[in-house]
Formats: sequence, C-alpha cells, structure tokens
Amino acid sequence: MSTVKVITGNHAASFGARDCRAEVIAAYPITPQTQVVELLSEFCADGVLKAKFIKVESEHSAMAACIGASAAGARAYTATSAHGLALMHEMLHWAANARHPVVMANINRAMGPPWSIWTDQNDSLAQRDTGWLQFYCESNQEVYDTTMIVFKVCEQVLLPGMLVLDAYILSHTYEPVEMPDQELIDEFLPPFDPPYRMDLDDPHAFGALCTPEWYMELRYLIQEAHEKALVTAREVEKEFTKTFGRSYGVVEFYRCEDAEEVIMIAGSTASTAKDAVDIMRKQGRKIGLARIKLFRPFPNEEIRELASKVNKLIVIDRNISFGNQGIFFNEIKACLCNEKNRPPVYGFIAGLGGRDMKIEDITGIVEQADTCDIEEILWWGVKL
Amino acid sequence: MFVEVRWHGRGGQGVVTASELLAGAALAEGKYLQAFPEFGPERMGAPIRAFTRISDEPIEIHSHVYTPDVVVVLDPTLLGNPMITEGLSDEGKLIVNYPGTADEVRKTTKFMGRIYVVDATKIAVETIGRPIANTCCVGALVKVTGLVTMDQVEAQIRKMLQTKIGEKATEANIQASKRAYKEVAS
Amino acid sequence: MSKKKMMRASIPVEEYMFPGTVDCQGCGGAYAMRLALKALGPETMVVIPACCWSIIAGPFPTSALKMPIYHTAFETAAAMASGIKAGLEIKGKKATVMAWAGDGGTFDIGIQALSAAAERNEDIIYVCYDNEAYQNTGIQRSSATPWGAWTTTTPRKHPKDRPKKNMMEIMAAHRIPYCATSTCGHPEDFVRKLQKAKEIVGTRFVHVLATCPTGWRSPPEWQLKIPRLAVETCVFPLYEIENGVYKINKKPKEKLPVIEYLKTQGRFRHLTEEQVQYIQGEVDKNWELLLKKEKLGRIF
Repeated sequence: MSTVKVITGNHAASFGARDCRAEVIAAYPITPQTQVVELLSEFCADGVLKAKFIKVESEHSAMAACIGASAAGARAYTATSAHGLALMHEMLHWAANARHPVVMANINRAMGPPWSIWTDQNDSLAQRDTGWLQFYCESNQEVYDTTMIVFKVCEQVLLPGMLVLDAYILSHTYEPVEMPDQELIDEFLPPFDPPYRMDLDDPHAFGALCTPEWYMELRYLIQEAHEKALVTAREVEKEFTKTFGRSYGVVEFYRCEDAEEVIMIAGSTASTAKDAVDIMRKQGRKIGLARIKLFRPFPNEEIRELASKVNKLIVIDRNISFGNQGIFFNEIKACLCNEKNRPPVYGFIAGLGGRDMKIEDITGIVEQADTCDIEEILWWGVKL
Repeated sequence: MFVEVRWHGRGGQGVVTASELLAGAALAEGKYLQAFPEFGPERMGAPIRAFTRISDEPIEIHSHVYTPDVVVVLDPTLLGNPMITEGLSDEGKLIVNYPGTADEVRKTTKFMGRIYVVDATKIAVETIGRPIANTCCVGALVKVTGLVTMDQVEAQIRKMLQTKIGEKATEANIQASKRAYKEVAS
Repeated sequence: MSKKKMMRASIPVEEYMFPGTVDCQGCGGAYAMRLALKALGPETMVVIPACCWSIIAGPFPTSALKMPIYHTAFETAAAMASGIKAGLEIKGKKATVMAWAGDGGTFDIGIQALSAAAERNEDIIYVCYDNEAYQNTGIQRSSATPWGAWTTTTPRKHPKDRPKKNMMEIMAAHRIPYCATSTCGHPEDFVRKLQKAKEIVGTRFVHVLATCPTGWRSPPEWQLKIPRLAVETCVFPLYEIENGVYKINKKPKEKLPVIEYLKTQGRFRHLTEEQVQYIQGEVDKNWELLLKKEKLGRIF
C-alpha cells in the first residue's frame, strides 16, 4: 500500500534514499540541506534504514567516502548545497571518472559572497563538466520519485548522478508526497551489483597513472556511457510511469502541442510558469512550457524536435555564466545551431539569489520577449 | 637545417642538462631551438629520454620527436633496448658512451647507420673524478655532427654549471668534453 | 666445506609485491610497502593518495601489488579508506583496509580527513611512509621536513626553520588505540608493529621513516643505514603509544651524536657547527621528554 505524507523537499530526499535502500551515507551539514541528513541519521539510528552513516568533517571527505563505499560495492548517497558542492568539486570529477554511481541530492543554493542561503542554479551548473548526470526537480513528489530514477539509471551506466531541488521553495516547503509500496520499489530498483569492486577474490588497481596512450579511450567510454544514459533515462522514466503512474520524461512538455512560443526552464519555477502559461493561453497566446528535467546528458533530440515546431523559444535561467550568458540558454542555442528550422531563442536571467519568481515575472518576461532585441542579455527585474 | 636529437640515459645522469647544453650553444650561434625532457614522472636510475631540436628557422612544432636524426646514448647499459634506435633511419647517427668498438654496438643494436663510440665514463672519471658522462657526450655530438662549435659548448658549460658546481668542476667538465670531442670514433 | 646454517625467518616469506617497480634506487617507501604487505597478509586492501606510490604502483594497465588498490586524491586517504571500510562492512565482507600515504598527504593536506577518521575511530590502518618532503613532485618541503634540511622550497640560504611536526602526538591526542613509529631500516620492528596493529580494532596509525636518496641526497646503498642512524642518534625514536601508554622500543646503549646521522645526507651539508649543536639540543630535549612520557603510565 502506498502512503501519502506531507513533507518538505529535504525530507522527500531522505525518504527517497531510505526507500532506495542506500547502504552508506557520508554527509556534512550545510544550510539548507541539513534536514536531508538529519532524517537519514534518524532512520539509521532507528534501524529503519540498514546503512552506515559516516559523519565526515567536510563535503570533500563526504564525496571521498561515498566513492570508497561505492568502490566496495555499496549503494552510496549524500546531499549537499552551494559551497559544499563547490568544495566537493575535485571529488565529483573523481566519482565520474572512476565510474561509481554515487547519488547525491543537491539543494540549489546561491554561491557567495555575499552569503546567500536562497535558491539559484549556479552551484549545480558549475559542475556540469564533471561527468555527473543532473536531474532537475519541480516538486517534492518529483524529488522522492527521482531518487529511484537516478539510482536506477546511474547503476546501469556506472556514472554518478545528482537530483537537484530549489532551496526553500522545495527544500523547506511542505507538499504531499506519495510513497509507493516498498516491494514495488525493490522490484523497480534491484540491489547494486557493480561489475568491478574492491574485492579480495578479484583484485584490481583502480585509478592508476595513465599515459596519453590510453587516457582518451577511457574518456570516450564515459561519453559513451552518457549517450547510453540518455537512452536509459528515457526508458527508465517510461518504466517509472508504468509502475507508479506518474510521468515526467527527460523534458516535460506542458501545452506545447500547438504552441507558437515556448518557455524553457528548469526547477520549481516551472510550476509557476505553468500557471502563467494558463493565464496567457486564456489571453489568446499560443504558448507552452518545456521543463528541462535531464540536463546531463543533454536531451538534444527532445529540444530539436520542439524547436522545429515553434516560432520562438524563451529560456529563463536562474543562473549566469559570467562573461557569457545563462547556461541553459547557451546549451539550448548550441543544440540548435546546425538545425535548418531553428526558431529565435531569447534568454533571460532571473531569480538569482532567491529573488522570488511570480507569475507576473513570467508573463512580464514573455511580453518583453515580444519587443526586445534578441542580442541583449536580458536581466529581469534588476534595479540598476 | 632542421635537426632532431634524442638523448637516452638514466635519471640522475644529467641527460636533460645535456639536451639543454646543446640548445644553449645553438641559441648563442643564432639558431632556433627547443629542448625538453620526456614528459612523465622521473625516477633516479630509471631510463629517461630528452630531446633537442635545432633549426635555422623558427620552430613551430610542439609535438614529440618521432624520427630523430641523431641519437645519443649516455648509458651503455641501455643498449639492449630496441627503443634506442626507434625512429632512427639508416641515414641517422648513433653516438654511444661505450667502452668498446662501434662494431660491438652494431651487433647489439642491429643499427645499420653510422655508429660512433666514446668511452665517456672513463674520460669523466679521469677528468672530473665522477662517472657523469653528459658533458662528454655533448663534445662527442659536436664532433660527429658539427651542429655547434666547441667554443660555444665551452661557454655554455660555464654559463649553466659554474654557479652550481663551482669553477674547478666546471673546468674539468670542459676538459672532459674536449677530450670526448677528440676521442669519439666510428 | 661450508656448513649450511638454518635460520628461522623472522619476517613472513610470502611476497605480495612484484619486482620491477619504478621507484628510485634505494627507495625506503618501496621497501616499506613490501614489508607492510608481508605483515598484513593477503586479505588487505590498499588506499593510495597522490604520493610516490601513485607512480610506484605502476601505470594502467599494470599493478605492482597482488591485492586491490584504490588510488585516490591527495587529501582523501583517510576518508576514502573509511568509505571503503563502511562499504565492505555493510556488505558483510572482511578485509584489512590500509591507507598508505606520504608525509605530505598525512601531515599537511591529508591531516583534516585523517583527524576526522581518527576522531571517529574508524577501523582502518593508516601508514604514513615519511620521506620528509613532497618527493614525488620534486623535493618540496612539507611540515614533516626536519629543521635545517634543504629542499627545493627551503634552499640552502634559507633552510627549513620550523621543527618537524609531531604527528605521533597529534594522533595520540585523538585517543586512538594504537600509534607507532618505525623505519624502513628496522624491518622486524615494522612487521611486528603492523602484525600487532592488524589485531586491533579502531584507528591505527604507523609512522615509518622511509629513506629517500633522491631527496635526502644520500647514496642509494645506505637505504637501511641512514634510518638506523636516525634511531641510534635519537633523531627518530622507535616507540608505540598503545591505549595511552608510551613504550620506547629502542633505547640506544650508546646514544650517537646527531652529526653521525646528518653527515650521511647532502640535504644537511650546509649546516654550520652552531646549527648542528642546535639540532643536538632539540634532539636531546625531545628524547628526554619521551623518556618522561614513558614513565607517566596511561595518559588517557
């Protein structure tokens, strides 16, 4: 029997890890992630979750310990945010390059200085080149559900993955979350069984020095795994829908079938944008929303297909790559640059440092896109 | 003129210094040059390689040396390894620190081009007092190839080594180099 | 006619390290690993952070050891070992997990993870093979470099002017069950201590002085002679701290003057008489202090 609990996004992550039977958790506290690991720590102490909880002294060590545990054949999990994620950076590379399917919840939080504990996407996007899969969530339900999707995809392709949720808007907001029967979850996500591990009966050296002669081949295999991950993610999402009824896809399309213009965005702001779409539809705009759930590997096909059918794309980034533009904006443009029928793509920077994104902000951005110069880097709501 | 030299030795024998000595001399004579060690972790006693490129024109290329024109071997114990003559065509020259004849080297290496030998270790021990053969091998190289002049080599040895090893040892190295220049034979 | 005399091997005979490793001639760190694996036996997994052993272990696709190795980032040896141990335990598997790190990866960049693992009393053996500088990257000073030593970042005009960090005291302060020093020149001592450590549960720290002819500017053939002199001069005492009790394993009958040790290595050749006297004074002070600690009984 499934149960429904009203819980925060952070706890949705904890329950997700619990129900996915995480075996080793190594984590370090950081606002606004702390509740994820506090609840997991309780689960372990109560015996509800049979796992080892390593109370490490930094995020860098957290990731190192997770890698070690995964190398030993255990399902490893952690959670962090912003500066903690940044501190892990070296070991994020390590996890991916060493092909360990560590799963991590990252609470999107703005980088300092100035100190900010509110949401934006720079922290996770700054790690996009580390080889980690990245799944962006819109709701607490999706956070819970995505935990098992990420574990399943990652363990099949042997790459680490992060599920990303907005600080406060999801992490500290209560929403109803349905948790299915454990039996169904166990069937969906079988035990972790990697082909190579630290094993006395099958000894190997992991991660040794590699000269230029073979390094490139090892990297090619990772790219190949990412390509496989894209296919696998689509399949797993379909299987998830079949088993549990809920549907996300790697890009979620809302009212795009006959849309002339489509807003593209990742994270919880998409929900607000869906309401804005409904309002604008009533006003006669043929507008839709495409929510990017899977960012790494990048869903080229879904985006190219969408682009071929619309007249305009409006990308809203709650992030900025300084010296260039919003990161989703840049990646979407790159994806379309060789397409014959590509529409104009507008980019907006909005909601940095947790600045609230209201329906009026979304509709305002869409209206601005009616008249503004496409070459402008458009910062929405900046008071300068 | 564009010449690529590959040096073979063991870590600690001054192989890299030899390649730099040659490069420095070339620079002083108005030539263009590159000198670099084999990129990788080095260990005392482990076989290593170094490279020098000398040219009349500016050198643009930055890839490895695959087909040297001259190979210099500072340590005779390396001769059994086929890597010594890898990429060296029969038009190339093989110069070896070796206490014996060129024919013996030909037998060991099966190299069909021109072979030159000099007992650099003996010269070094007698002149410098230590079996460091690198400056000798530079002298031998100069005699065989004429790439640079001995005057320049002498100047370079002073420039590069004097502050490190002192005047007496520097002069000894110069003498050793000149002796090797004289004694190298095919 | 020669009479064959049988000797009982005091060190296990079985080898777990393949010959042909690329360490420098006279490398104490390579010999120490060979001894450590004999002591711990085949049910051992080795975690190696960035250090000389990252190279000595051999490049892909080779390995110098018969047991599993996990290469890891510089600062993470203790964290990685903790993670591997936790993973093995939750899967019901048993193995001795040994972190094998250099002085840089222990005293400096690795100290945070090591301190945390020790504070949690993680069930790992942590061996620091100490060649007293960042030798793998070209002889730069670490906090394990002794006072007065030359390194490329403490040139002869300005040699190391701070004392060697006392890692044993730092580890003991974490109240772990076992800390010990040894050297690559004392194979029986080193093997005995690791065999003892193997039977203890919790964090075990072994600090082994490892000769480095390249960085110490010493003849490779003095690989064992130099660390033995380090013990005979009391520069590097052999001792254990077991559950808070100090035990000095070797009290030299005739304590040699430190110059006997210093003169074997080019990294000390610039020292003036005054500096040698200073070193002698410090060595004597530290030795007296150690003798006193031994008399204290349990300190925690």
